[in-house]
Amino acid sequence: MRANIFALILMFLVLGIWQMACGFFAIPDFILPAPYEIIMTAIIKAPVIFPNALVTGVEIISGIALALVFAIPFAMIMFAKPSIEKAVSPFLVASQAIPVFAIAPLLIVWLGYGIASKVLMAGIIIFFPILVSLLEGFKTCDHELRILFRLMGAGFWKSMRLLYWPWALPNFFAGLKVGVTVATIGAVIGEWVGAQQGLGYLMIQANARLNTNLVFASILWLTAMGLILWSFVGILEKKIINWKVKKEFLP
Amino acid sequence: MLYVSQLSKRFGKNEIFSDFNLTIPENKFIVLIGPSGCGKTTLFDVLTGVTPMEKGNILWKGLRVKNLEKRCAYMQQKDLLLPWLTLLENAVLPAEISGADLEKSKIKAESLFKRMGLAGYENFRPHEISGGMRQRCALIRTLMFPHDFILLDEPLSSLDAITRRRLQSLLLLLQTEFSKTLLMITHDIEEALLLADEIYLLSVQPMGIREKFILDSPKPRKFNDPLLLEIEEHVMDVLQGDISGDTGGETGGDKGYRWR
Ligand SMILES: Nc1ncnc2c1ncn2[C@@H]1O[C@H](COP(=O)(O)OP(=O)(O)OP(=O)(O)O)[C@@H](O)[C@H]1O
Ligand SMILES: [Mg+2]
Repeated sequence: MRANIFALILMFLVLGIWQMACGFFAIPDFILPAPYEIIMTAIIKAPVIFPNALVTGVEIISGIALALVFAIPFAMIMFAKPSIEKAVSPFLVASQAIPVFAIAPLLIVWLGYGIASKVLMAGIIIFFPILVSLLEGFKTCDHELRILFRLMGAGFWKSMRLLYWPWALPNFFAGLKVGVTVATIGAVIGEWVGAQQGLGYLMIQANARLNTNLVFASILWLTAMGLILWSFVGILEKKIINWKVKKEFLP
Repeated sequence: MLYVSQLSKRFGKNEIFSDFNLTIPENKFIVLIGPSGCGKTTLFDVLTGVTPMEKGNILWKGLRVKNLEKRCAYMQQKDLLLPWLTLLENAVLPAEISGADLEKSKIKAESLFKRMGLAGYENFRPHEISGGMRQRCALIRTLMFPHDFILLDEPLSSLDAITRRRLQSLLLLLQTEFSKTLLMITHDIEEALLLADEIYLLSVQPMGIREKFILDSPKPRKFNDPLLLEIEEHVMDVLQGDISGDTGGETGGDKGYRWR
């Protein structure tokens, strides 16, 4: 609660300085609009922004879903078969060195200007953090609990359901939280490179016309969407993880 | 039922036991007593396959086996309850994993909750209850294993005296009721004397059987039996000797006192 109040105070402080600086130095709107202008634009232009935000939102959420559909089974396979993990992980790590910007134009060429290329872009970006965090969660499972399951003669699926998944859930959610914010970047980059709608597209259009107000208003919307998604994951996490791991389980 | 011979285990250079032998007859209540750190838990871990042994033979119901994994129920010193499950779900975990009838197991577990004084706590999580309650829940889970050989590592150690007495009688009752074979570690000599058919007094470094007491007086026992009191005094003497350090491995057997 206290931390929240401090965050609010800090935010108003920054906005206040920004606002005053714009007035004091008479900075023109097309260089740096004042916060008040941005907020007003975000509200007044809502009818224009909203349909584009909707498209970007759909891209982000579909991208997350796509990443989950592949990352979850992949993490389970790699956990069950360490030999597969050993064989595959160098490629996975190497793939992280490729800048997503570099493949964005390719994806547009392959999948077109529609939403598919952006979904794939967002999915590719967050596949790795989700996979790694989940796998790490499985692997850090308490040694003694594993032994208990072995003594009970538990098979793979029952161990997964009753032991490894619940154990890895905090890690999984940590990865997902990173994922939802990064997915936003993926979708917007995709839209910058080539799109007919979406917030990224709107920003490019507005920028070309020196409508900096609208660029910032789009960023504001994007930030709000990211925050909403992030809190949604947080709430989901609190709902699902309704237990406490006692310290005697920790190594 | 279980015959163990020439069992050896070391951690690095630290030899916990070598050439350890033990025979467990069916439907008996066997109790192990020994100084802290002598290797009792390690013995259980080796028997159940939690840790590998250097060498040794385990003969189980006439069969040579590597260890007793999936053949016995093992209640470890830590309660190891799963924090994400309720107490009842924890208790029926062995049934759920072995694919037994869950509804029937729940009914059995619920009756054990009542008898262990945990009625009303079935839907609590492990972090919401005390250490003694967790231990009782772990004991229930151990009793829910579909096996008739049960290893208990200090199962009642964190309970108050009254609850402990109650659970001791309950253990006796359950042993005869379901005709189980029990091998139990305890630091409570009175507990051993009240429950055991056989008591093994263990020595340290390397662990060995210092003395064996066979108690065939009927149960439930009263503690005013002079024979029991005499054994208790003797065991206390031996253990205190260990603590003050005047018995090395060589002199341990030569104290001039042997139980009949
Ligand atoms: N994983 C391990 N690695 C190295 N040494 C170990 C390990 N586990 C136990 N030991 C050593 O083995 C010895 C016996 O330990 P163990 O836990 O079996 O004793 P215990 O008889 O059960 O004692 P207590 O009555 O206190 O539970 C100890 O000296 C301990 O230091
Ligand atoms: Mg121990």
